[in-house]
Amino acid sequence: MKSSPTVSETKPLAARLGAMLLLCALAWPMPGAALEIVISEGWDSPTRIAVVPFGGPPLRDRPGPVQTIEIADVVSFDLMRSGQFDALPSDKMLSQPTMPDEVVFRDWRIQKMDYLALGRAWIEANGNVAIVYHLYDVLAEREVKSSRWSVPPTLIRDVAHRISDEIYEQVTGVRGAFSTRILYVLVEDEGTPQANYRLIVADSDGQRERTLHRSSESIMSPSWAPGSDRVAYVSFETGRSAIFVQEVVSGERTLVANYPGINGAPMFSPDGNRLAMSLSRDGDPEIYVKDLASGQLQRATRHRAIDTEPAWGDGGHSLIFTSDRGGQPQIYRVDLRTSLTDRLTFEGTYNARPRLLPNGRHLVYVHRRERSYHIAWQDLERGTVRVLTETSLDESPSLAPNGMMMIYATRQQGRGILAAVSIDGRVKYTLPSARGDVREPAWSPYMDALGRR
Amino acid sequence: MRHALRNLCVALLAGAVLVGCQSQPEEPAPAPAPEPTPIVESTKPTTPPPPPRVDEEGYPLDTAGRPIGRTFYFDFDQARLSESDLRVLAMHADFLRDFRDRSVMIEGHCDERGTREYNLALGERRAQAVERYLSSAGVRASQIDTVSYGEERPAAAGQNESAYSRNRRAVLIYR
Repeated sequence: MKSSPTVSETKPLAARLGAMLLLCALAWPMPGAALEIVISEGWDSPTRIAVVPFGGPPLRDRPGPVQTIEIADVVSFDLMRSGQFDALPSDKMLSQPTMPDEVVFRDWRIQKMDYLALGRAWIEANGNVAIVYHLYDVLAEREVKSSRWSVPPTLIRDVAHRISDEIYEQVTGVRGAFSTRILYVLVEDEGTPQANYRLIVADSDGQRERTLHRSSESIMSPSWAPGSDRVAYVSFETGRSAIFVQEVVSGERTLVANYPGINGAPMFSPDGNRLAMSLSRDGDPEIYVKDLASGQLQRATRHRAIDTEPAWGDGGHSLIFTSDRGGQPQIYRVDLRTSLTDRLTFEGTYNARPRLLPNGRHLVYVHRRERSYHIAWQDLERGTVRVLTETSLDESPSLAPNGMMMIYATRQQGRGILAAVSIDGRVKYTLPSARGDVREPAWSPYMDALGRR
Repeated sequence: MRHALRNLCVALLAGAVLVGCQSQPEEPAPAPAPEPTPIVESTKPTTPPPPPRVDEEGYPLDTAGRPIGRTFYFDFDQARLSESDLRVLAMHADFLRDFRDRSVMIEGHCDERGTREYNLALGERRAQAVERYLSSAGVRASQIDTVSYGEERPAAAGQNESAYSRNRRAVLIYR
């Protein structure tokens, strides 16, 4: 059953207006979106799922007011880009139920579907959009999950990503990370007097991008605060590197570090109260921790070498960082309570910019091998190293909060683009940009509040 | 290098003489009245006036009136200045000692390989290598400022060694 895209003539004006808003919100793919995802590799035998185009209101005697197939598209595409799912195209479906009592499991068994998802969306009297969905295990012929939301029309996509998260967790046992955002830097006309740098926040699928900060000078090293409500980054707008913290919703900016020398590599502590950074105020770059409330600085390293690119570990008690104290950049860890420092990487002559996986036991970092730069993964207990990327000039690895996927920056035909790879190396996709060079991605933590933008 | 060292020695000697003078608690002798300069017709050809020390933009020129190089290149992941770089820097040091009102900004840059933050640090190290030399040659700290742009301001575009080698640099900007 397909709902009619036309609005009934007898509908009150408010409902019509709401329907128009809904149509606007669902336009997809968004024209002008900077990034489009191109999936290149997934699992050999992914979970097969059908996400049926969503229907209209639940009472069939009322005409369906809106075309709502896009929710299913967003969910299908989320699951597809995880690489762990294969979604059935809607034109291959033998039936298109939108209500539980319309499901004929035989239709889905014939097509070897493991799961079936369906749902509806409609405008409520208060102007909100109600969205309900059901997930079925096709072989067991039973519903395994169902949820309902009532949200302003602007949050329809956010709900679609929530549905993806729920389905992903129900099927894989791992929390979904589709309702997350990515930060990245978009550069246009680099190397010309018109050079334009933007710090952009977008949904994890590259849609709905918004510029957080724009400058004619370079922006680098963006990172998220734990609640995803603030970001920190390095900007050269003062003529030299300086660290700013910016509220995502209000856009309010605070200059946090503008000491003599370099001010770089800001990273929020797990509690969001402190910012680790690299400062050369004492002559050479050292790792510091700044308490954001008191402004107090704590020095974490003490070595006449480059110490930079800190990342938090051990629940905020240690920092892993890049140092060339051994003659070449390698990754070290310092315990903030004891100042004891140990070296973590030994393979190769260039290992830098580490990020810990959420499990705290695995590491990803930039690794040079045969004059090419890749992202490597390392098991800290066993010492095993695996190269995750095959492109060259790969940098800035950033992890999804569930630790399943990593996004990074690379080059394609001379242009800076973003790419993603699963930690097991089996799933790969790129996010080519419609314009400019894209770099320095940072994947947000989980976002608990729906649609805080 | 040798030139700079000699100048440094001269400066140190001059300082020592000055200190020696001050240490003697003596009444300063009245300055002798200048001898009237005899007006003599020059029979030898006059020595040409010294060439200007700066170009129109205020950048120093060498004794032959040519601009002194202001860009110094580095090997990958290195911040070591070559012997020829030091010879060029010695000329800048001479100039900056002679003109104490002039100052320089030293920019440090890297090629795009490796991580941005590490390169920001490496660019600073390159700028500091130049700064250290100028300081050791007698240029005052107040005349020198450094800034690192890391890999953010490449001089040449492209993913090849020719572009990379032009981007690994320190640049002196006179102010």
